[in-house]
Amino acid sequence: MASKSETFRKHKSVSYAKWGYIFITPFFLTYCIFSLIPLVSTFYNSFFENYRVGLEQIGPKFIGFENYLEVFRQGDIIKYFYNTVFIWLVGFIPQIIISLLLAVLFTDLSLKLRTSVFKSIIYMPNLIMASAFSMLFFALFSDNGPVNNMLVSMGMKEGYRFFANVGSTRGLIALMNFLMWFGNTTILLMAGIMGIDTSIIESAQMDGASSPRIFRKITLPLIRPILVYVLITSMIGGIQMFDVPQILTNGKGNPDRTSMTLIMYLNKHLYSKNFGMAGAVSVLLFIITAILSGCVFLMVYRGKIGTGGLKK
Amino acid sequence: MSADFMNASAKTSVIIKRVLAYVFLIILIFICLFPFYILMINSTRSHPDIQKGFSFLPGRSLIFNIRNLMSNDQLPVVRGILNSLFISSCVAVLSTYFSGMTAFGIHAYRFRLRKAAYLFILLIMMVPTQVSALGFIRLMSDFKLMDTFIPLIIPSIAAPIVVFFMKQYMESSLPVEIVEASRIDGANEFYTFNRIVIPILKPAIAVQAIFSFVSSWNNYFLPALIIESPRRKTLPILIAQLRSADFLKFDLGQVYMLIAISIFPVMIVYFFLSKFIVRGVALGSVKG
Repeated sequence: MASKSETFRKHKSVSYAKWGYIFITPFFLTYCIFSLIPLVSTFYNSFFENYRVGLEQIGPKFIGFENYLEVFRQGDIIKYFYNTVFIWLVGFIPQIIISLLLAVLFTDLSLKLRTSVFKSIIYMPNLIMASAFSMLFFALFSDNGPVNNMLVSMGMKEGYRFFANVGSTRGLIALMNFLMWFGNTTILLMAGIMGIDTSIIESAQMDGASSPRIFRKITLPLIRPILVYVLITSMIGGIQMFDVPQILTNGKGNPDRTSMTLIMYLNKHLYSKNFGMAGAVSVLLFIITAILSGCVFLMVYRGKIGTGGLKK
Repeated sequence: MSADFMNASAKTSVIIKRVLAYVFLIILIFICLFPFYILMINSTRSHPDIQKGFSFLPGRSLIFNIRNLMSNDQLPVVRGILNSLFISSCVAVLSTYFSGMTAFGIHAYRFRLRKAAYLFILLIMMVPTQVSALGFIRLMSDFKLMDTFIPLIIPSIAAPIVVFFMKQYMESSLPVEIVEASRIDGANEFYTFNRIVIPILKPAIAVQAIFSFVSSWNNYFLPALIIESPRRKTLPILIAQLRSADFLKFDLGQVYMLIAISIFPVMIVYFFLSKFIVRGVALGSVKG
């Protein structure tokens, strides 16, 4: 390429354009082979009857939208969708409230809190292996586990059977999701709050506005893009909820499939090689996540999210 | 700034607020760390000790539990650790190197599809891998790659979120002039990328390598569908296997030990690098 140096001008010469293509080729080649083709193939498979009964292979036979109709006819997907959304919400609502509170506390310089240690600790669970974390909770809250031991020694007659009750099982999954994500959310919201021009807040203080009022009328509206971003990415993450409930309930979604999530349902079909149904479920999940991803894309594209959390 | 106006009552109210904030924070930290504290204690206690009830003090069976777990025929734990380490290291290297390359291609060159390529990467950034898992598995079995590490490693060459982060970083710290200067010195484009751009990207690469490593180390969904033979299993698969075995008949000392092995190494490394990582999260703003 050194031979092209005679064409060197102030602006980059056209001849370098091909290097752009060369540098991005590995990415796009890999993406096509390992993501795009599989995605197309997933759509394709969803139109075929293709499963196994014992040793007998049924299909593949083209049946149009029959798999989709079957998914809704069985009705399980509605139940699992509800489970997923319910568990996500129970984790997300305290998460956003506590994260907002922490972000405000951490960015309030008059309090002089030692934030870095706390930030480090609350972010830590985000990096923990979800399946190990879930296994840990299963051991801790099992019928003879440490938590029940403590409850008994504190005077309860007999332990509480956490995994035999709908509320406590869902609650524990939500608690784990909360613990794993509130640190991350706090850091994002902090970045948003620190991006606010301090002179706005100072002048509001001069005018005698109280701090709750400043929070409601200035901080909250200004970090709205980041709040929306957190909400949507958390929804996308919520739809992908798998490791925690899968390990906690051993893939069964006990009690009575009330903690079975959408991806656990997909996993069940994939595992039993019921490819038609798995395809239909995948496509439905793709549509939901694609809509949500589209929202994130628009936010990033319009420059609302980027370096420093918030762009002006 | 309001020191002049600050009278005694305002000062007390700040102190009360500080105390309340610390109480709140300490409660949260307690909830965050308590499960890991019990994990630490119980991984040092033997099965009969654990069954007797909970204790706040560590036991003496740490070495005993490690030895039992390592020699357990049902759970190839040593293999599991090595497999997880190998896969995660490869993923960290490939995803950061090629994401840097992709971001550099888009950042430094002007070509016709430049904008379209970047928009495409932004568009697919959030699409979860699970939705194409069916096609992925079928393709891998057509390629005869089931039950190998390749499907767990090679796809990480295309990591849209890492590309996005690298691109963000380049916009703030890689002026195109550096590339032009290197050209004038007669360097070829690959040389420029490897010897000049990569060193500049080091901080971003370090953060993203950690995230890629950790997310591969923790990954359960795909490996569980791809890997079958015991000697290729990774740690999350072993944990799932432990869960599906009859839990109560199992040696609880070993159960806690395996969880501890999966969690504590990441935790220890994290606490050494936490400031760095937390800053990375705030800067990147987007994380999968």
